[in-house]
Amino acid sequence: MRPLAITAFCIASSLGVGRSETLSALQRGTSGLVRCQFETIDLPTFVGAVAGIEDMRADPTLGRFDCRNNRLARLALAQDRFEFAVEEAKERYGAERIGVFLGTSTSGILQTEQAYRRRDPASGRLPPDFEYAGTQSTFSLADFVMSTLGTRGPGLVVSSACASTTKVFATAARMIETGMCDAAIVGGADSLCLTTLYGFNALQLLAEGPCRPYDAARGGLSIGEAAGFALLERPDTAKPGMLHVLGVGESSDAHHMSAPHPDGTGASLSMALALAAAGLRPEAIDYINLHGTATRIGDAAEDRAVVSLFGEETPCSSTKGHTGHTLGASGIVEAVIAALAITDGFLPGSPHTEARDPELRCHYVTVARPARVAHVLSNSFGFGGSNASLILGRAG
Amino acid sequence: MSVGTIRVGVEAVELRGPGLATWTDARRVLIGREPYRAAPIVLEPSIHLSPAERRRAIPSVKLALAVGAGAVEQSGRDPRTLPAVFASSGADGDTISAILAALVTPGREVSPTRFHNSVHNAPSGYWGIAMQSRQAVTSLSCHDASFTAGLLEASVQATSTSQPILLIAYDLPYPEPLNSVRCIETSFGTALILSPEPSDRALATLTIRMAVNPVGEASSCLDAGLEELRRGNPAARSLPLLALLAARSTGEVRLDLSHGALEIGVVPC
Repeated sequence: MRPLAITAFCIASSLGVGRSETLSALQRGTSGLVRCQFETIDLPTFVGAVAGIEDMRADPTLGRFDCRNNRLARLALAQDRFEFAVEEAKERYGAERIGVFLGTSTSGILQTEQAYRRRDPASGRLPPDFEYAGTQSTFSLADFVMSTLGTRGPGLVVSSACASTTKVFATAARMIETGMCDAAIVGGADSLCLTTLYGFNALQLLAEGPCRPYDAARGGLSIGEAAGFALLERPDTAKPGMLHVLGVGESSDAHHMSAPHPDGTGASLSMALALAAAGLRPEAIDYINLHGTATRIGDAAEDRAVVSLFGEETPCSSTKGHTGHTLGASGIVEAVIAALAITDGFLPGSPHTEARDPELRCHYVTVARPARVAHVLSNSFGFGGSNASLILGRAG
Repeated sequence: MSVGTIRVGVEAVELRGPGLATWTDARRVLIGREPYRAAPIVLEPSIHLSPAERRRAIPSVKLALAVGAGAVEQSGRDPRTLPAVFASSGADGDTISAILAALVTPGREVSPTRFHNSVHNAPSGYWGIAMQSRQAVTSLSCHDASFTAGLLEASVQATSTSQPILLIAYDLPYPEPLNSVRCIETSFGTALILSPEPSDRALATLTIRMAVNPVGEASSCLDAGLEELRRGNPAARSLPLLALLAARSTGEVRLDLSHGALEIGVVPC
């Protein structure tokens, strides 16, 4: 594919609000994971919660979109001069030439979970103030972002579970290539809710302590929440040295709804397709941001896939110990981390990982260290066997 | 072609809706040769799923796989060679409702199977498993414009990758109390095989572009019953396009996106 310039990006997660806080936490190796005290949840697990979301009620831009997921999106949009960059892009291309392709898995379902507690005892009806289209609806996130930023190009929400916000980069590249838009806002948000915490608990996939990716004693994942966005522009805006999307690969496992293929065949296919799209050989990749959710089978399958393609030398880490697994937002969170690794020259580490699993063979980095990083590959794998891999780098 | 205009072939069409059992039967209704009579929609689980998966198949999986398999069969293509786009306004309504109900009980016990079926991309996941396809599959929503957004995504992907693609759009009613706040009247699903131009297998060519005028009336159905179906289900917003394909006639339809619309020219091959 033709490289797309990344002209702005922003982030809000438990690790930090904005790029500067995020970068410093990554370089210092701090973690956003804390014992779960979210809402009324009574589970022995850790979460990566973003502080201050509860206090955003007064934001007039939220209106009928007011729910935790859109508040988190609002918080991220306000960081890193992102909205200014979008305004400039609107002036350059026109609002109708900017597409919005976002991802989420659970959207604003927390709003519905809470509304269910306020059902009319006699009729069972939901309270009259409950607003489906602005909150629970899968599309509400893009609807909200398009309304807030005033873009009028094509918009949609990809909901392919935890691969969603990596796959939106592929959608944006195709839409720009075919001339449906000149620039695209990609990214998305996923926020804490009871459905995912009690759901992953039912699958016995939640760790009791903070998650420990690639650790011999890893015991499952920690759920986090985050929002992030990137502004992508036509290849002809590219300048040498600028950060670019170089390739995206997508595949399916065709194996199981909630367990990866143990051999990692779908995962290696998506990585191979991303390399092919970028026109890069495996040895050109300086760092791999693993999906690495810290489940026993998931980390093992991804390790097999990575080693089969890259061998055992390419530095890798999962940053889920920093942020938790932010589900549908993990793709954009890790794209932002990949971008920071390139712009600020370091390999991210893996807080909470103590003793690396000796059966896993990839070159796993536990402590962040300075390094020259030109190309990063980032993996996102989701329920339904949906896989996506993204390659970022500086254009030559 | 001007910037922002793409052209794709339609190789096959399938649908399931109330009183519209298959594409072959529905064509006569869509071209007005037979009257439209709504009748309960019957959904069977895919024969390509394992017995356990068949037994536990949720309504959205039954509907999406039925139309997808129908379109693939008509096209004669190997499903393992087809990337796919799944468009639906929401996740499986029965599954979401059961989880929401469980979360207000004291024990909050969510069934693990229900949880993995609650993702928006459950039908696309089962499609890959059933057809043993490792191809890229995207599951998306654009609320009431989900079919149109899916058509755009699939057509753009076929054009960009020069590879044929399967589009599956489906929407089903929620149980109460959700159906009162998000009313979907009835179940409807459709599937199209789209191919990059030029295609020697196409039944028709679609010329697709973003509408020049963002404000305008979306195309509707002449038959009052079909029009009610179109308005009552996001996937059924496809009906004006399907009617042109059924009639094998030249024409243009306008289908709403969330902001603006797509203008689609149809020319039979």
